[in-house]
Amino acid sequence: MKLEFDIASGDFSKAGRASSRIKKMLKQLQVDPKVIKRIVVAIYEAEVNVVAHSVGGKMLAEIDGTGITVVVQDNGPGIEDIEKAMQEGYSTATKAVRNMGFGAGMGLPNINRNTDEFTIESEVGEGTVLTFRNNF
Amino acid sequence: MTLTVTEEEVEMKVSELVEKFGLKVFSGESGLENEISGGYVSDLLSDVMGNAQEGQVWITLQTHQNVMAIASLKELAAVILVKGFEPEEDTLERSNEEGIPVLGTDKATFEMAGNLFITLT
Repeated sequence: MKLEFDIASGDFSKAGRASSRIKKMLKQLQVDPKVIKRIVVAIYEAEVNVVAHSVGGKMLAEIDGTGITVVVQDNGPGIEDIEKAMQEGYSTATKAVRNMGFGAGMGLPNINRNTDEFTIESEVGEGTVLTFRNNF
Repeated sequence: MTLTVTEEEVEMKVSELVEKFGLKVFSGESGLENEISGGYVSDLLSDVMGNAQEGQVWITLQTHQNVMAIASLKELAAVILVKGFEPEEDTLERSNEEGIPVLGTDKATFEMAGNLFITLT
């Protein structure tokens, strides 16, 4: 089963749309609530990252019999220093975004903590691709 | 001699909390019977996303609709806005859709959280 979502830059009102849809679907499939709770955190954070930091992108979620794999791809600007970006508390978010309570430098660490597999690839000028998976 | 100690759990519904502390109910009335499992206090959304637990009441000063996105994903019992803050229009709509009440108090976070803590423990 595949689900695809476009994620527009700067549109915080839509952040949570993909995670909410996927959560409903996993509930219907009677996936263990513990698994749902973790993957939903990761998906929401990934959505917010695309809205807050990129020029826009998309999310592809694939559910098979053994788990869920999510690929989040944006069209730039890319992350200069991935190691720094992965540090708890490090953020490049604007003041406006921080005032909303985002940009605390916890997004990527939250994704890492709530997934079974997680890879992040980024190229400045190209974009960023996150791939993560949780097993049922 | 065996001594059995049963831990007494304080069970409380959102409506009881509203009554006890005179909270304003902005929206999400259909969730007033939600059971409260505890509380969480934070204005950083990722902190709530990463650490709040199902059934908790979230005390915050953030008023935009992402608060409701998080409350829904985390299946929180209710949200309390402090210091007289009022929710934005789309926050109200989302709260009604999700059946998660948005409540309000004129108290500051410290006092509201203290009250909730004493009530639930």
